[in-house]
Amino acid sequence: MTELLKIENLKVNFRTFEGVTNVLNLESLSVAKGESFGLVGESGAGKTTLAYTILKLLPIPPAFVESGVINFEGENLLKKSEGEMQKIRGKKVSMIFQDPMSTLNPVFTTGQQITRVLQHNQGLHKAQAKKKAVELMNLVKLPDPENILSKYPHELSGGQRQRIIIALAFSCGAQFLIADEPTRNLDVTIQAGVLQLIAELIRETNVTVLFIGNNLELVSLICDRVGILHRGQLVELGSIKEVAKHPAHPYTLTLLRAIPKEKREKIDLTQIALKAEEKLAEKGCRYAGRCLKKEKICLEEEPALKHIGGTHYIACHL
Amino acid sequence: MRKLLPVETFEAIKPRLKEFKLTFYLLNRNRLTMIAVITVFLLVLIAILAPLIVPYKEHVISGTNPQEKLLPPSQEHLFGTDELGRDIFSRVIYGTRISLETALAAVGLALLIGVPLGAIAGATGGVVDEVIMRITDIFLSFPPLLLAILIAAFLGPSLTNAMLAIAVAWWPWYTRLIRGQAVSMRERQFVRAARAIGTPHFKIVFGHIVPNTIAPVIVQASMDLGGVILTAASLSFLGLGAQPPTPEWGLMVSTSRNYFLNAWWYSIFPGLAIFITVLVFNLVGDGLREVLDPRTRKY
Repeated sequence: MTELLKIENLKVNFRTFEGVTNVLNLESLSVAKGESFGLVGESGAGKTTLAYTILKLLPIPPAFVESGVINFEGENLLKKSEGEMQKIRGKKVSMIFQDPMSTLNPVFTTGQQITRVLQHNQGLHKAQAKKKAVELMNLVKLPDPENILSKYPHELSGGQRQRIIIALAFSCGAQFLIADEPTRNLDVTIQAGVLQLIAELIRETNVTVLFIGNNLELVSLICDRVGILHRGQLVELGSIKEVAKHPAHPYTLTLLRAIPKEKREKIDLTQIALKAEEKLAEKGCRYAGRCLKKEKICLEEEPALKHIGGTHYIACHL
Repeated sequence: MRKLLPVETFEAIKPRLKEFKLTFYLLNRNRLTMIAVITVFLLVLIAILAPLIVPYKEHVISGTNPQEKLLPPSQEHLFGTDELGRDIFSRVIYGTRISLETALAAVGLALLIGVPLGAIAGATGGVVDEVIMRITDIFLSFPPLLLAILIAAFLGPSLTNAMLAIAVAWWPWYTRLIRGQAVSMRERQFVRAARAIGTPHFKIVFGHIVPNTIAPVIVQASMDLGGVILTAASLSFLGLGAQPPTPEWGLMVSTSRNYFLNAWWYSIFPGLAIFITVLVFNLVGDGLREVLDPRTRKY
């Protein structure tokens, strides 16, 4: 399989008052063409930072990229100028954002916003763009397109807005889609609908996806392969079956255990509740501070990703 | 039933109509604002129809009538006459036109300079922001009237130059206002989303940030119309604005000083015109703020 996205030695830091904090440290990560790759981790793990880094939307400062290569179709995105990035954003790589409530501009109707993007990105005329917008509304299964297109974002529900954002992400023929927790801030029934829509669109358009989520089970509905991110580092990587059925890293175990389930008398939150230390240790495993199985070596040496069978990798000494 | 408009057209303007109705309703709830709005419309109407209203057209600019000088208000001369026997009523009516024109042009020019600069500064940040804001700081460190006097004196006294001077003294206020708003917009999700879909910076600044920051500027500008009329009148009063025989209010007040003890009507009526105009523009600005910002609505 050909790799569409290949990340190597990526280090992204934030400069704060207390000094420089590393938020992303990825040795190697690649997403094959046509694949759906899931990225799971708790809040603050660096998932969204990775999404922004790929699109070069990081607020610089305080963030800065220390080193690394992000190869997309064999070209390093980090070396691209702002003008070149504009040709890539939306047209080759597009993104669905977390919070549908604030992703649309409140002062324009949804129709105006969609047609403007179509006019600019695809050079369509106004009438063509309007027609295409209606088609897009049908694509994301929004009934009564003309009515929806004439409404302002605040007149629509969260689910409707997220569908419009999905329509925008699919509007300009991007081959690579970053979905950053697209079901966040939506209630459960709508989550299911939006997730199903995304899954269908992925199947139909054969787009490559980087799906970001904090719930492994939810991610497993969409993705083929999954990576577990903890404090900017990949701790486990493998096919969805391997990771979900046989989680090997202690962090993955706690993540899975934190999902509330029926019949389980009590949810064990003891481990996950252990807070990550404010500052990163200078050496050793980044998870060691919260790990219940930690040993001496964990505090001294940083574990590298090691192969444990199939396509399954973990970064743990044990 | 006869159709006035095709159904589609009507459907399309329906939301606008609703919005308009709401705005009207809110304005109507506040009587003082409503009166001010009506007065502003009246002033505009007077300004447009000035040639039709004035009883003594020839008195407006150069016509003199020395036999009838400094007559008190009467049937023929509602506001009396001035030292050259000109009808003050006619001149005050024409003055409305001059004042509104000057104010609109000055505020418009200030907006034209101030808004794009502020938006670019706030949205771009970094060195661009720093440079633009330091320039506005230089302008803001002078009191506006003093700066306007300075510029008007430098360019030479005329109404056009007074207008330019006011615009130059006023734009930094809009720059600051917009810049502050734009900074808070820059990190908003929809701005980031617009970038993520490939919108160029220029289009983000003028297509997303400016439309979201313009409301307080509209309020400020409507209030400033009053302030600018006052400043223009002040400049004319000081001899740096309109030159005789232009029927400018400030200039009329200025000339009337010599005759004030004998002819009160000469100063009072142009002064009253300035007072009312400034007042209603301020009231409209206040009212607009209430309508545009739901948090300050009292009902």
